[in-house]
Amino acid sequence: MAEEREVNSASFYQFLTEKKLMASRCKKCQALYLPPHPICTKCHGSDMEWVEMKGNGKLAAFTAIAVGTTCTIEEGHDRNNPYVAGIVELDEGPKISGRISGLDARKPETIKVGTPLTAEFPEQEEGKGCYVAFKAQ
Amino acid sequence: MSRRARKLGRGVALVGAGMSKFGAFPDKTSRDLFADAFTAMTRSVDKGMDTEDIEALYVGNFSSDLFEGQGHIAPIMADWVGLVPKPATRLEDACASGGVAIREGVIAIASGLYDVVLVGGTEKMTNLPTERVTDTLAAASDTVYEGACGFTFPGLYAAMATAYMARHGASVEHFMKVGIKNHNNGSLNPKAQFNKSIRDLMNSRIEKAKQKGEPVPEWSDELDFLKDPKANPVVAWPMRLFDCSPITDGAACVLLVAEDIAKNFSNDPLYIVGTGQGSDHALHERDDLTSIAAARIAAQQAYEMAGVQPEDIQIAEVHDCFTIAELVAIEDLGFFKHGEGYKATEQGLTARDGSKPINTSGGLKSKGHPVGASGVGQAVEIWHQMRGEAGPRQVPGKDIRLALTHNVGATGGTCVVHIYQRR
Ligand SMILES: [Zn+2]
Repeated sequence: MAEEREVNSASFYQFLTEKKLMASRCKKCQALYLPPHPICTKCHGSDMEWVEMKGNGKLAAFTAIAVGTTCTIEEGHDRNNPYVAGIVELDEGPKISGRISGLDARKPETIKVGTPLTAEFPEQEEGKGCYVAFKAQ
Repeated sequence: MSRRARKLGRGVALVGAGMSKFGAFPDKTSRDLFADAFTAMTRSVDKGMDTEDIEALYVGNFSSDLFEGQGHIAPIMADWVGLVPKPATRLEDACASGGVAIREGVIAIASGLYDVVLVGGTEKMTNLPTERVTDTLAAASDTVYEGACGFTFPGLYAAMATAYMARHGASVEHFMKVGIKNHNNGSLNPKAQFNKSIRDLMNSRIEKAKQKGEPVPEWSDELDFLKDPKANPVVAWPMRLFDCSPITDGAACVLLVAEDIAKNFSNDPLYIVGTGQGSDHALHERDDLTSIAAARIAAQQAYEMAGVQPEDIQIAEVHDCFTIAELVAIEDLGFFKHGEGYKATEQGLTARDGSKPINTSGGLKSKGHPVGASGVGQAVEIWHQMRGEAGPRQVPGKDIRLALTHNVGATGGTCVVHIYQRR
């Protein structure tokens, strides 16, 4: 049962493979955490529950990365094939880092902060970790 | 909970400072660089020093483990400068490791435990190919939630830059102007990795093209050169190559002593009158993506301890790992209003002859950024400037009595600020 999974990154990424973007919520003060925190940084309570995010939000900050890490180079990214990463502010309030598709990474000057986005759940490649991703509407 | 005003248990003075040359040195390991810095430091102590007097070592280092395959470096550094069996401790807070090492040295002396402490920083980065340096630096971010989706370290600062542009109306040219200013300063620093102005770099490329009989590029000025994607390719938009500090080998050392014995070592010691440090969430969890809370908190602590205001600070070395970072820094420190750092830079206020000279050393951008050493390297510049020993890059027409250093770890998870006084 989803609610009983421990509040940690393994559970968060397990949910992601089930196409669910999950935050943790403090039962005492209702503060929402994404990434999920096990201990409330506001009231210091540790009674947390999982809450599913609707996955709608807007681009708060972004970059088009030409010089990537070895992981993204293996994906086929390089100077001629950059990718967009960004910070997304969800309608529910929390912000999270994610890979952004549907924007032209070769023309980053055309990308606008504030662009509406929805969560997407790319198919996970064999042996590769999954990651938070959003798509421009 | 009420907060009591923090103060040092006793005064702490800086009586010596030195650094290795910063650059790419295939034949030098972190310990060789550290020994170079130590030797330079010993020569700066006016009345001389005896290594036997040093009671402990604090050394900042980010990742010798990944860069060189060498962990547990503190005792090695101690050994290479002749300190064994004195206690030797490594501090790791990413790019703030050096500044944090200084703070721990200050605290150790202020506590009364030691009278004489060596603080250093060292990093050997150029052994690895660029993509593995990118991986190693990304390890200073939140690898579980930031790195996982492909964010690089330059990418995170680039994201801050897009938030800054959207909020304050700055353009990529404003970032470029930070780089031009810092390279102008670095061109006068013989220890800098790139001691060339952007104009000199541009002219040398034109010269090279002429010599080779290739088409001669027609750049009208530095900005034109920096806007050319061939000369200045994007790393993580809007951060281009010349917006990023380089990959650097280097080390720096300072000698800290209890205030009451400072004159035994130095005719003209500097006094550390303020120290502050803060922490912050990963970038995506911050309310404001255009400011670093840890820096504001560290600065507030340091100003309160020193009993001074931002406007009292005459020069500062700030953490310009990327050009956007300098704009954020000069606002977080209270030198300029939020959202006005780029205008101040454009007006020349932060130039060496401006009202608030920033990064007279060339900054991390031009001097180089051996991450664990950078915070200590900042103190070395302050030492030279305050004592009037900075040579051709000496700030003109100022009797510098108060100076500040601002050293950031990664995207601001750590920030440490120090205020130095010359009496
Ligand atoms: Zn709570």
